[in-house]
Amino acid sequence: MTEPREIVRYAPRTRVNHWLVALGFVLAALSGLALFHPALSWLSGLFGGGPWTRILHPFIGLFMAAAFLLLAFKVGRYNRMQPSDWTWLRRAGDVVANREENLPEVGRYNAGQKLLFFVIVACLLVLVLSGLVIWREYFSAAFPIGAIRLAAVLHAIAATVLICAIVVHVYAAIWVKGSLRAMTRGTVTPGWAWKHHRAWFREVAEGERK
Amino acid sequence: MALQSLDIVRRSATTTPPPQARGAHAGQVAKLIDVSKCIGCKACQIACMEWNDLRDEIGHCSGHYDNPADLSDQSWTLMRFAEYENPDSGNLEWLIRKDGCMHCADPGCLKACPSPGAIVQYANGIVDFHEENCIGCGYCITGCPFNVPRISRKDGKAYKCTLCSDRVAVGLEPACVKTCPTGAITFGSKDDMKQHAAERVADLKSRGFAQAGLYDPSGVGGTHVMYVLHHADQPQLYSGLPEKPRISAAVGLWKGASKPLALLAIAATALAGFLHYIGIGPNETDERDEDAARRELEKPS
Repeated sequence: MTEPREIVRYAPRTRVNHWLVALGFVLAALSGLALFHPALSWLSGLFGGGPWTRILHPFIGLFMAAAFLLLAFKVGRYNRMQPSDWTWLRRAGDVVANREENLPEVGRYNAGQKLLFFVIVACLLVLVLSGLVIWREYFSAAFPIGAIRLAAVLHAIAATVLICAIVVHVYAAIWVKGSLRAMTRGTVTPGWAWKHHRAWFREVAEGERK
Repeated sequence: MALQSLDIVRRSATTTPPPQARGAHAGQVAKLIDVSKCIGCKACQIACMEWNDLRDEIGHCSGHYDNPADLSDQSWTLMRFAEYENPDSGNLEWLIRKDGCMHCADPGCLKACPSPGAIVQYANGIVDFHEENCIGCGYCITGCPFNVPRISRKDGKAYKCTLCSDRVAVGLEPACVKTCPTGAITFGSKDDMKQHAAERVADLKSRGFAQAGLYDPSGVGGTHVMYVLHHADQPQLYSGLPEKPRISAAVGLWKGASKPLALLAIAATALAGFLHYIGIGPNETDERDEDAARRELEKPS
């Protein structure tokens, strides 16, 4: 028996892009949490103390948003919701219980991944816009106090939603074995593609036969 | 141990009690500014500069008497001049208010501050900034209902009136109080100042200011800088003194419920993942999946 031939899921450029976003996210989340909750203000030590955390956080956030924008151009078109995606979401119980045989066939991304994409887009949009308003050093003076207060709340809410969404994203990579290597080495096994993304698997198989 | 740090009742971004063995057994302090006695001489501004060693930049005339034009990191107090045409009497009234930190009992700046110990409230009621702990984020400005703190362009730290906490700590009155030539600014225990204010209000009422009253807004728990106003029913006449100041609902949500709820949400999401892994387990691909995939790949099209 020969080793199954591997299927390429992410090109090197996409992988590098993804991990730059991930790096930006981790640093922005840690520095943001340091500024958000007293119980976590010790995290500011990772960035060289309180003032450095305050100085760096917005730039890290902009870096993450810019890196994500590039990634979104690459993967955005695969994340349009299809009718079968809504069926997939309605059967979330089967998803959680690993009963994939009860789910509609999935293309390059499943409905959960698409939803995550849109949550990230929405959160980053809110975070960047509200972040500019509360960026005291350069922009806050241009906004009325009511807008600054509202932006502070929205920034905290969007950050919380984003962090929770990324926790789910990270867990999904731990949960569905064989996924992580798609983003580290770029490839998946044919069995993985057949099981989790059958419609995409068939597209790839079709392409190889030609 | 510097003794003045043992009477801290509230400390920013701190969840355990700060050192507070020393209390304010002589009562909390207050500064009373009687607007009806103020002649707008700005001696208080000068005294503040001198005692605190502050020198603001020489600005430009902006067409009114306010000089400098606004509070700044170098101007912790400022006379604001408002011209008011009283519709009842037809008189032009010059309402001059000495602006600066109100030293709220429930300080919005302290609530908003994310840096441990950058803002403290002493047992005597003074709200003080400890700039060595300030990170320069400006959240105190976001939290303040009176638009008082200012960030320095030079060092990125927030500054405001200290109510001369250094003088008060050794039994002196604030510099502005000491210098005021008309006795418009007085200082003492909050109870005494309220009593003094009541006498002043009664006097003003007897002189035809029926709406005279004390400005000690309850929305922020009362303040340790209070005003006697001739028009206490319309504080906004005095260069926009807020009528019912309180910590804004947005700041309350941001610095109140959202903090524990956000951490709970993040922790719960992570815990749910962990328990899912333990309870249901990973979703693995096995040989049968690989076989099925191989069959499909080898299938002639």
